[in-house]
Amino acid sequence: MSFLDDFLVRAALAGLGVALAAAPLGCFVVWRRMAYFGDATAHASILGVALALALDLPVFGGVLLVALLMAVTVSAVTGRGYGMDTMLGVMAHSALAFGLVAVSFVPGVRIDLMAYLFGDILAVSKYDLMVIWGGSAMVLGLLWWRWNALLTATLNPDLAYAAGIDPRREQLVLTLALALVVAVAIKVVGVLLIAAMLIIPAATARPFASTPERMTLAAGAVGGVSALGGLQISFSADLPTGPAIVCLAAVLFVLSNLGKALIGR
Amino acid sequence: MSLIEIRQAAFRHSGSPVLTNVDFRIDSGEIVTVVGPNGSGKSTLLRGIIGALSPSQGSVVRAEGLRIGYVPQKLHIDPTLPMTVRRFLSLPEKVADDVAEQALERAGAGKLIDRQMAGLSGGQFQRVLLARALLSDPQLLILDEATQGLDQPGSAAFYRQIEDLRRSMGCAVLMVSHELHVVMAASDRVICLNGHICCEGAPEHVASAPEYRALFGSGTQGALALYRHEHNHTHGDGCGHEHDRQTEAAP
Repeated sequence: MSFLDDFLVRAALAGLGVALAAAPLGCFVVWRRMAYFGDATAHASILGVALALALDLPVFGGVLLVALLMAVTVSAVTGRGYGMDTMLGVMAHSALAFGLVAVSFVPGVRIDLMAYLFGDILAVSKYDLMVIWGGSAMVLGLLWWRWNALLTATLNPDLAYAAGIDPRREQLVLTLALALVVAVAIKVVGVLLIAAMLIIPAATARPFASTPERMTLAAGAVGGVSALGGLQISFSADLPTGPAIVCLAAVLFVLSNLGKALIGR
Repeated sequence: MSLIEIRQAAFRHSGSPVLTNVDFRIDSGEIVTVVGPNGSGKSTLLRGIIGALSPSQGSVVRAEGLRIGYVPQKLHIDPTLPMTVRRFLSLPEKVADDVAEQALERAGAGKLIDRQMAGLSGGQFQRVLLARALLSDPQLLILDEATQGLDQPGSAAFYRQIEDLRRSMGCAVLMVSHELHVVMAASDRVICLNGHICCEGAPEHVASAPEYRALFGSGTQGALALYRHEHNHTHGDGCGHEHDRQTEAAP
């Protein structure tokens, strides 16, 4: 009927949708040194998968809820006797473990856990596609709307206060965007590789960027190329798709840094 | 009308009281310096003034529509964040090219517009921060230890720039500093802080006040020798209590 009937087209659109939302958010994750935060939120979301399956709710909703809870809790608890990394380690891995245990209780269904850990981009449905592009559009809209405030708060909290911006609010915006990206990316690259889609394109773009905006655009391009190229490679060489996408991004990262080392200095 | 008026305010930092009983005001065109040992609440006071911290008691009243230019103590820009000077000046409000250039010129950083923030020297960086603070045409310019990390000629030049700016723009200046002799000479009024306002007044008055001497008199011979020679009399109208000498060593 339509071009969306082709599973490869759906996969390509899904990968592109995730890459385009993950890249600008990933820049903030890199600038604010939140890499582990993103990783932890993603790991915890497997608990959301388990809960959603057990209660017969949409997986997207379950993941979004748990990712949000996780992110907000970590933000709130940090600084009360434990470092951020310790709190993240405790919460991320216990949520992952509880999630894996909870999945085993889901009666009657043998769910393909691998599909959630590593993604299953070739099984993306039209409904999934709608969720992915809806979520990505919300993330991009959120970042677009708060862009200058987010950048100012990232530079320095007091600078933000003096300009009438509340850095805690901006932190919350990022947390929300992170939960959304995790929820939409789970189908595409899976829980274990979401952080890679956030960080690697941003890190790849860094050596050649002179302003935050250029870095964001370049990260989006790197993410898009990785998603489409990875899909292509995985299809022609029969490789797992999520990992292939991340591998391609990693290769681009190495090339970018090699290129910079050869050209610059 | 005062730009900022603080009445009977107390401020806390992570639960513990840092400042109590603060009465403070600054009028347009004044240069006011806040001095005090480490941990005396200088930065807390500034944070209260810019609105980053709410008083736990008392009130902070800012003049209607007050424009504040804030130069932070130090600004660490993460090396992963690419940022040109030009882009930095447009945060959070976009400014036109000619406005940006004019502000840099005023702050003595005219040629830096296309440079990366991470590649600037300490002095250049402070001037760019100053330029950014000037963009809003501030009525009140706030500098938090703005010359930390600059050498003496560098900080002297920086403070000359501030005085010129005050003259040309007519803004009030509120600054915090350790470099007592440089700063105090340029100030209309000095506030000596140590958990509360110990004494305040003209620089000569404060420099010779017993409370000030109790805080800075020993252990900082280098910086204060100047004043001890110039003002070897004492005033009897201080706030009349002893300060714990240990506060000097507090972090």
